[in-house]
Amino acid sequence: MQHVVIIGNGISGITAARHIRKQSDCKITVISGETDHFFSRTALMYIYMGHMKYEHTKPYEDSFWEKNRIELKRAWVKTIDFEEKKLYFRLPNDDDKEAKIGGSISYDKLILALGSTPNKFGWKGQNLAGVQGLYSYQDLESLEETTQRIKKAVIVGGGLIGVELAEMLHSRGIEVTFLVRESSFWNIIMPPEESAIISRHIKENHINLQLSSELDEIIGDDNGQVKAIRTKSSEQRPGEEIECQFVGLTVGVSPNISLLKVPQGNMIGREKPAFVLGVGGIKLNRGILVNEYLETNIPDVYAIGDCVEHEIPPKGRKNLEQIWYTGRIMGETIARTITGKRTKYQPGIFFNSAKFFNIEYQTYGQVPAELPADIKTFYWEQSSGIICVRINYSAENQSVTGMNTFGIRMRHEIWDEWISSAKSIEYVLENLSKANFDPEFFRQYEAEILEKYNTETGSSLQLKSKKRFFSKIF
Amino acid sequence: MLQKFGLIIFIAALGLFICTLGMNNYTLTSDILEKNFKEDALLDAKIEFASMIDQSYSNSYTFITELSEGIKQLNKVYNAQQEWDKKIYEDTILSIVKASANGYLVDNKGFMFLLTFGMAIFGALLFILPEAQKPAGIKNNGIYFNPAMTRKWLGISIGTFLISFYLALYFKPQYIANWTMLIDPVSKLIKGGEASRWFMYGFLYTISVLVMGIRYIIKYRHSKYQIIRTLSIMFFQTCIAFILPEIMSNLNLPSADLKNIWPLDYSFFFNYRLDKLLNSGAFGIFLLVWGIALFVVGVPVMVYFFGKRWYCSWVCGCGGLAETLGDPYRQLSDKSLKAWKIERYLIHGVLAFAIIMTIGVLYTYFTGSYNLLGFIPTESLKSSYGFMIGSIFSGVVGTGFYPLMGNRVWCRFGCPLAAYLGIIQRFKSKFRITTNGGQCISCGNCSTHCEMGIDVRAYAQKGQDIVRSSCVGCGVCSSVCPRGVLNLENAETGSRVMIAPDVLLGNLMEK
Ligand SMILES: Cc1cc2nc3c(=O)[nH]c(=O)nc-3n(C[C@H](O)[C@H](O)[C@H](O)COP(=O)(O)OP(=O)(O)OC[C@H]3O[C@@H](n4cnc5c(N)ncnc54)[C@H](O)[C@@H]3O)c2cc1C
Ligand code: SF4
Ligand code: SF4
Repeated sequence: MQHVVIIGNGISGITAARHIRKQSDCKITVISGETDHFFSRTALMYIYMGHMKYEHTKPYEDSFWEKNRIELKRAWVKTIDFEEKKLYFRLPNDDDKEAKIGGSISYDKLILALGSTPNKFGWKGQNLAGVQGLYSYQDLESLEETTQRIKKAVIVGGGLIGVELAEMLHSRGIEVTFLVRESSFWNIIMPPEESAIISRHIKENHINLQLSSELDEIIGDDNGQVKAIRTKSSEQRPGEEIECQFVGLTVGVSPNISLLKVPQGNMIGREKPAFVLGVGGIKLNRGILVNEYLETNIPDVYAIGDCVEHEIPPKGRKNLEQIWYTGRIMGETIARTITGKRTKYQPGIFFNSAKFFNIEYQTYGQVPAELPADIKTFYWEQSSGIICVRINYSAENQSVTGMNTFGIRMRHEIWDEWISSAKSIEYVLENLSKANFDPEFFRQYEAEILEKYNTETGSSLQLKSKKRFFSKIF
Repeated sequence: MLQKFGLIIFIAALGLFICTLGMNNYTLTSDILEKNFKEDALLDAKIEFASMIDQSYSNSYTFITELSEGIKQLNKVYNAQQEWDKKIYEDTILSIVKASANGYLVDNKGFMFLLTFGMAIFGALLFILPEAQKPAGIKNNGIYFNPAMTRKWLGISIGTFLISFYLALYFKPQYIANWTMLIDPVSKLIKGGEASRWFMYGFLYTISVLVMGIRYIIKYRHSKYQIIRTLSIMFFQTCIAFILPEIMSNLNLPSADLKNIWPLDYSFFFNYRLDKLLNSGAFGIFLLVWGIALFVVGVPVMVYFFGKRWYCSWVCGCGGLAETLGDPYRQLSDKSLKAWKIERYLIHGVLAFAIIMTIGVLYTYFTGSYNLLGFIPTESLKSSYGFMIGSIFSGVVGTGFYPLMGNRVWCRFGCPLAAYLGIIQRFKSKFRITTNGGQCISCGNCSTHCEMGIDVRAYAQKGQDIVRSSCVGCGVCSSVCPRGVLNLENAETGSRVMIAPDVLLGNLMEK
């Protein structure tokens, strides 16, 4: 019986394991050093805020794994011998790079689903006590410990995890200063209007958001404990020292490929993407390089999820897309290949979602921060200043290419259909009610939205209203 | 600050409320005995209580216990002599205790009412209202650090208090006689007489639904669904369940809670209730037809269109208390597959029990025979249902276990009406909770905060609609989902996604 070994029990590894089990009878082992069972990383914040406990973040009951004959092994993989098709485990305190004393396991097929690690950019003081990122369960534990009795915290870097960390610390009554290099929150991803809404909303939630400010160094006290940070001086603001007992580093994540790196990897070639050869000759760049079948350059070794870098990304997509959904899609896809039907990674229309304090955000298709020349945009914002909709469409043929929404839930299925079948902006606006996914009795804004479009473009589109209450029933 | 102050006031009022139980002096007089005993039993009573008459007791516990002991003795004799009609029940003991009471509480009912209920409501509102100043949106912050909401010492204490309250209410009401006294002023106002224990219970119940309903509305105020639903619960409890029946009986009509439906209203077909309805002219007949139409036509039709939520989380009193007073405990419901299995056996078992019991009762009503099929004793069916399901399960366990097993223990494991509504919801209804494509991040908020112990995430993360007989449509899973994945909807019955798709939306790989 073929033995499939998966390193990593995150969403990508686990999705692969589940789908392989559905389609075949082979032996499956999932290895992770982080936790015994799969848990939802995206829910880490809710544990810290007391909405849930760790056990609630486990998407499957503990008995699920045995029932489905998915073997779980809690261990850190130390190294892999691709020739022998063998993994070696690391014992606690086993620092000797060469020693192979922690036991091993053989595989027929190996899936690397290693996830990512928080970035650190070599700041002075970045290894002081009280300085950390937020990615793993261990990060959460240390966060819990270090923030028990502190008053002030600084968060560096304005991405999604940064906002979550700000909300988390704030929920415990900790005063949070949020340093963001950009002049508006997340404006490398979000168009200016949306970015402005989030910036405003973060401040409204009593977070001291400092835009256009960059970390210079982290200052420790005599015990090696962080006591302050200093910001760089810039044109907008002079550098200053900010007292704090905790520093959260949320300046993005990178594929977690330390397992595969060799001390002096040789840079090969100038072609793009450039790569180095890691352990056993596996091709690495920022992540583990895979082709469109999620295969690495080593036979029978595949990579999925956050740790992947696509040599040839699907059309319109990036080389690295480190989100939950892409990890899951890769897991579904690789299961096909492993069980005998070699299948390309083909994510459909891009989608993502997040929550910034109380603002729910969903996006479908492509909505880049800077508007491409051949794309037009329509933007509507409600007077409350926390609800908005943006629809991008082709200047040439009016077909919608992407959308953002704050505060209005929209149907994934409908937007997926509209974008993939290139429906025109006018069609979409007239039928916008169909995409509404807000609960019953919520105020509906479609008429307002359409009116704005009509005024801006001088058109006279009519809303195709959702069936009314009674006609819907009968 | 204000909130702390409110909490202190509330706790003080609650403390005082408990203290009122020992606040009176008691003197039993022969006058009182004469008023409460039937003539043929009066002499027995006078002999039994000879030593108590005209004695002043300052300790209420001693007095009530001595009195109860005496009555137990009398009942023992009557049982032995098979003189059933002479037996003395809780309500008589309660009214003897009330009549014997004298002292500060008796003389200052109104003032003490304000000091206990008034202050408790005032304190609770001070605690609740300032929340409205914070930004709207789901905030379950700190729930799992709170000893009241996590089966820690405080939760266990609250549970113990609630359980004791229900045990006293159903089986030893004489011990909480003073609480009924506190409500006398309200009772005088609404129906012109002294408060019975059920009036007191109804009043407490309604106040809880109202005050905690305000809390709920503030907590979920970003959701209009939650606001409207809670207003509906508050309306039905206050007007239809509490006030309307009192008005009916003031008008000398048979009183009824118009929204209580058989088999939840398990005594609907009991002989004394049928007789009363049949002897009250057109209005009585109307009530009879209404009650039957509700479960024969109303339930299936409404559940078909809206799901069982129209009743369980919009109208029902048990559900109403669970949604309001019980909201802080919703996360305590057990989500395991095992609990689901137990739930299905138990709740359908109770439904079967209710049906057989009712058939037995009707059989006896129409034939006069006390043995269904010749061997099932209908009277003991009836009394064991009343005791085990009506009192212990729905009351003592149903509410007393809020802080231990979540706020819907009764609705989930015991309510026969919920079982009936659920069967229709599962097999023939437009209602479902739709999951939004591939947007679920498996965070677990929905499952954690589902009061019915449904593992909502298990469905959402594989793109399957949630079609479960137990879902009461409270909408909380949808409210707490941080990714907008869940939506309670009614649409064509056939459009419910009952089988999870092979892969979720967002993956275009060839099939
Ligand atoms: C706080 C937070 C919030 C997020 N919120 C969102 C969100 O809202 N939406 C979204 O789309 N994405 C979100 N993400 C990103 C998302 O969680 C990741 O993209 C996703 O979890 C990646 O899954 P994965 O399976 O690729 O890797 P991971 O979940 O990282 O799993 C990899 C596992 O492999 C283990 N591992 C690695 N190396 C070894 C080794 N040598 N030996 C043994 N085990 C090893 C790791 O310990 C880890 O357990 C969030 C991330 C964080 C940290
Ligand atoms: S599934 Fe959702 S709507 Fe149904 S009972 Fe649970 S939380 Fe309420
Ligand atoms: S709350 Fe929403 S995102 Fe979280 S598990 Fe439930 S459906 Fe999925």
